[in-house]
Amino acid sequence: MATAAGTLPAVQEESTLWTWLTTVDHKKIGAMYGVSGFAFFLIGGLEALLIRTQLAVPNGTVIDADRFNQLFTMHALTMIFLAIMPLGASFFNYFLPLMIGARDVAFPRLNALSFWVFLAGALLLSSSFIFGGAPDGGWFAYAPLSAEEFLPGSGLDFYVVGLLILGTSSLMASLNFAVTVINMRAPGMSMMRLPVFIWMMLVVNFLLILSLPVITVALIQLLFDRNFTTNFFTPSEGGDPILWQHLFWVFAHPEVYVLILPSMGIVSEVLPVFARKPLFGYSAIVFAGVAIAVLGFAVWSHHMFTTGLDTVPQVVFSASTMAIAVPTGIKIFNWLGTLYGGSIHFNTAMYFAVAFIALFTIGGLSGVMHASPPVDSQQQDTYFIVAHIHYVLFGGAIAGIFAGIYYWFPKMTGRFLDETLGKLNFWLLFIGMNITFFPMHFLGLSGMPRRIYTYDSDLGWDTWNMVATVGSYILGIGIIVFLINFFWTMRKEPTASNNPWGAATLEWATTSPPPEHDFDVIPEVRDRDPLWYDRDHGIEQPEPQPGVHIHLPPPSYFPLLMGLGVLLLGVGVLSHLALTALGAVIIVYSVWGWALEPTD
Amino acid sequence: MRPSARAITLTVVSFAAVLITSYLIWVGWDATTGDPQTTLAPLSENARAVDDVYTLITILAGLVMIGVLTLTLAFAIIFRERPGREAQQIHGNPRLEVFWTLIPVIIVVAIAVPSFQVIVDTTGDAPDDSLEVVATGNQWWFEFEYPGLGVVTANELHLPVDRPVNVELRAGDVIHSFWVPQLSGKVDMVPGHNNRLWFTPEETGEYLGQCAEFCGTSHANMRFRVFVQTQEEFDQWVAEQAADALPAEGELAVAGEGIATTICAACHVIRGTNAAGQLGPDLTHFGSRTTLASGMFPNDTENLRAWLADPPDVKPGSKMPNLNLSDEQLDQLIAYLQGLD
Repeated sequence: MATAAGTLPAVQEESTLWTWLTTVDHKKIGAMYGVSGFAFFLIGGLEALLIRTQLAVPNGTVIDADRFNQLFTMHALTMIFLAIMPLGASFFNYFLPLMIGARDVAFPRLNALSFWVFLAGALLLSSSFIFGGAPDGGWFAYAPLSAEEFLPGSGLDFYVVGLLILGTSSLMASLNFAVTVINMRAPGMSMMRLPVFIWMMLVVNFLLILSLPVITVALIQLLFDRNFTTNFFTPSEGGDPILWQHLFWVFAHPEVYVLILPSMGIVSEVLPVFARKPLFGYSAIVFAGVAIAVLGFAVWSHHMFTTGLDTVPQVVFSASTMAIAVPTGIKIFNWLGTLYGGSIHFNTAMYFAVAFIALFTIGGLSGVMHASPPVDSQQQDTYFIVAHIHYVLFGGAIAGIFAGIYYWFPKMTGRFLDETLGKLNFWLLFIGMNITFFPMHFLGLSGMPRRIYTYDSDLGWDTWNMVATVGSYILGIGIIVFLINFFWTMRKEPTASNNPWGAATLEWATTSPPPEHDFDVIPEVRDRDPLWYDRDHGIEQPEPQPGVHIHLPPPSYFPLLMGLGVLLLGVGVLSHLALTALGAVIIVYSVWGWALEPTD
Repeated sequence: MRPSARAITLTVVSFAAVLITSYLIWVGWDATTGDPQTTLAPLSENARAVDDVYTLITILAGLVMIGVLTLTLAFAIIFRERPGREAQQIHGNPRLEVFWTLIPVIIVVAIAVPSFQVIVDTTGDAPDDSLEVVATGNQWWFEFEYPGLGVVTANELHLPVDRPVNVELRAGDVIHSFWVPQLSGKVDMVPGHNNRLWFTPEETGEYLGQCAEFCGTSHANMRFRVFVQTQEEFDQWVAEQAADALPAEGELAVAGEGIATTICAACHVIRGTNAAGQLGPDLTHFGSRTTLASGMFPNDTENLRAWLADPPDVKPGSKMPNLNLSDEQLDQLIAYLQGLD
C-alpha cells in the first residue's frame, strides 16, 4: 500500500494489530505515544497517591521506608520520562506534519523505531518493581549513595539501563523532528510563520539533542562504577560525587524546559483560537522561548547552591537563573495580551489554557524565590520545592497537555469530548491541584524536608499534610472523570467537521480525523494564520488533480524488531549477557533488513 | 479606547477576589512562623540576613502574583464572548513588549543585589574567635566533635550563646545536609569536600535540625538538636563531656558494662573503658543525651529498651543490627548506659 490516489477521499486503512505494529504513519505513532504516555501517567499518579496516603498522618504505617523511597523515585521517573515527555511527543508526532503541511516526518521508520525503543525502555524501567525492587536513590541518583556499596539492589541498574534506552529514543525522535521542521514545511511557511507549538517543540528537540549526550556519558560512568569498579564518583577511591551532580543537572535542567515548553506551545495555539484573535506578540513569544532554552543551559548549578559552591559561582548561577524570569514574564504578558480585547469562547480546552497562565505564574514566581541562593539555603530540599515543581509541572505541563487533549481530540478522532464532563474534569483537577500543592509551600517554610517517609506529630505539619492528601484524592477523581469522558466519547459517532473551532493552523485544513496521506493537496501558506488569511481573503485551496500520485512510505516491521533487540540488549545487561548478544544480533539483522527494504 | 464602566467594575471585582485569596494564603503562610522547625523565625544574624532577602522577594513575588492573577481573571470575564462583540484583530505592540520586558528586569535586579550581598556576607570566613566544631554526617546520625576541647558527642550539639560557631562539615559515607532552620540555611556534607558554615546563635534554647539531603533508607529519621546555652552552662557541659566515662555503679550496671565493653565495643567508643569501635556514636556520656536514635525518641527506659532489643525494627535500615540480647542483658545494659552521665 505504497500509494493513495490523490483524487480519492481518505480510504482508511484497516486497523488490525499488524497494521499498528508495522505502521510508520506519524498519526498512528502519535496515538501510540499518547495512549502509552497516559497509561504511565496513571501509574505515576497511583504512585503519588500511595506517597500521599503514607504522609496523610504523622508516623504513617501504610508503606515502609524502602518502598517509600522506591515510590518517590519512580513517581518522578515515571512522570518525567514515561508520561509528560511521551505525551508531548504524542502531540508532536501527530501534529508536526499536519501543522507544517507535510505528509509525514522526514524519517518515518526512524519515527516508529523511536516509539518502540521508548516502549522498551519504559517497560524495562517499570518492570523493576517486579524484578527485585525499583530504583530507590531519587530520580537524581546522587553519588555516592548510588554506589553499589550503599544501594546494592538492582534498582539503580534498572535506572541506568532504562534511562539509557529512553535517551536513545528521545535523541532519535529529536533529530527526526528537527530535520522535519527545517526541511519539510509547506510552500510559503517560513520559520516565522511556524505555529508557536512547532517552534517550542523545535526548541525542545535542540535541548534534547544537546543535553542527552551529557546524561548518557554520566549514566555509563555510573554503570561502570557500579559494575566494573571504576571510580568516577566514589570519593573513597578518588572520584568526586559533585561531578555527578554537574553532569546530571547539565542534562536535567534543560529537561525541565523539555517538559514545560510543549505546553507553552499548546497554550499559545489554544488561546488565540478561542479568544478569536491572533496570538499577541508572536515573535516575542518565539524569541522568549528560544531565550529560555539558551539560558536554560547556563543555570544548572542552581540545583547545587547548598553543595558548598563558592561565592562567585553562586552569584553567576543565581544571576543567570533570575534572568530566565525575563523571557518567562514576556510570555505570560503576551498570553494576557492575547486574551485582551478578545471574544473568548470558554470550553474545557480554554479553561485549561487560562488556568495554565495562572498556575504557571505561581510556579514561576516561587522559582524566582529560590533563584536567590540565600533563600534557597532555606528552601532547597524542602516541600517548598515540591510545591514549586508541581505548580510548574502539574499546573503548567499537565494543564497544557489537557488543553491539548480537549483541543485536538476532534481532529484526532472526529469526536468531541463531552463538555459537561470536561468542565467537571477541569474543576476537580484545578481545585484538587491547588489543595494538594499549595499547602506544600507552608510545609516547606515550616521546615519539612522532601523525601521523608515519616514525620513526628509535634512539628506543626499534620494539618497541611492531611489537606494535601485530601487534595490528591480529588485529583484522582478528576482523572477518573477524564477516563469516563474518554471512553464514553469514543463510543459516539464521529461528527467533527474539518475545522470545528474555526482555528487558523493547517491541521484544521484537512478532514477530522485526517486521511493517511494527511492532505489531498499540500496547502500553500500565505500568512502566519493561514486558514484565517484564506478565509478573510476568500482563497480556496486548490482541488486535487486526478491521477496525481501520492507517495507514502510502506509499513515496516524492522523498527519493531530493532526495538525488541534494544530491549534484549537492556535485559541482558541486567540479567545474562547472552541476551545482550542475542539483542545485538537482532539489531544488526534489523539494520541490514531496514537498509535493503524497498521503499516504494 | 476608554475602558467601559463594566470593565472597570469587573476588574475591581477580580482584584478583590485575588486579594481575598492572597490574604488567606498569607494567613497560612504566616502561621508556619510558630512551628518548631520553621524557616521564618531566624535567631542568628546570618539566618536573619537570609530571612530579610526572603521577605523582600516574597513581597515582590506576591505583588506580581496579585497583578497577573487579577489581569487573568479580569480579562477572562470581561472579554467573554457576548452577542455583538467582535474580537480586536491585534498582532502585538512593540512599546508594550519593551515595557513588560523592563518590568521583570527591574524586579530581578531588585532581588539580585541584596541576594548577592548576603552571599558575600555569609559565605566568607567565620570570625576569628569562633568556636570550632566538626560535624560529620553518617547513615543515619550526626557526630559532633569539638577539636581542642576533647569532646565528641552525637545528635545533640551544644553551643554557647552570642559566640560565632564555625562548623566544619564532613560526611562519613554519602551526602548529607546540615540544617538548623532557625540558626542557618543548610549546607551539604559532601564526602571528600571541606564544606563549612558559620553563624552566631543569639538566644538560649533548644533548636531542631534535620538532614535535608536524601541519604538512603532512614533519611527521614536523621534528626538532631542544638542546645544554645549561656557560657557558664556550656563550660560546665564541656567539663562533664571531656571527662572519661563514669564507672559502673551497682550490680546490674556492672554487668551491663561487661556487655558494653565486649559487644558494643565493636562499634562504639566509651572513653575510660576498652570500648574503642569507630562505627557508631560515641557513648561516653550517653546518659546525658535527651534523645535516642538520632533524635527519633526521648531517651527514656522504654524507648531505650525497644531500641536495644531490635534497632532496625525501630529505625529502618539501622546499621546497628539486632544483637539478640536477652531481657536480663537488656536490663543490665540499660542500667549501665543510663548511668553514663
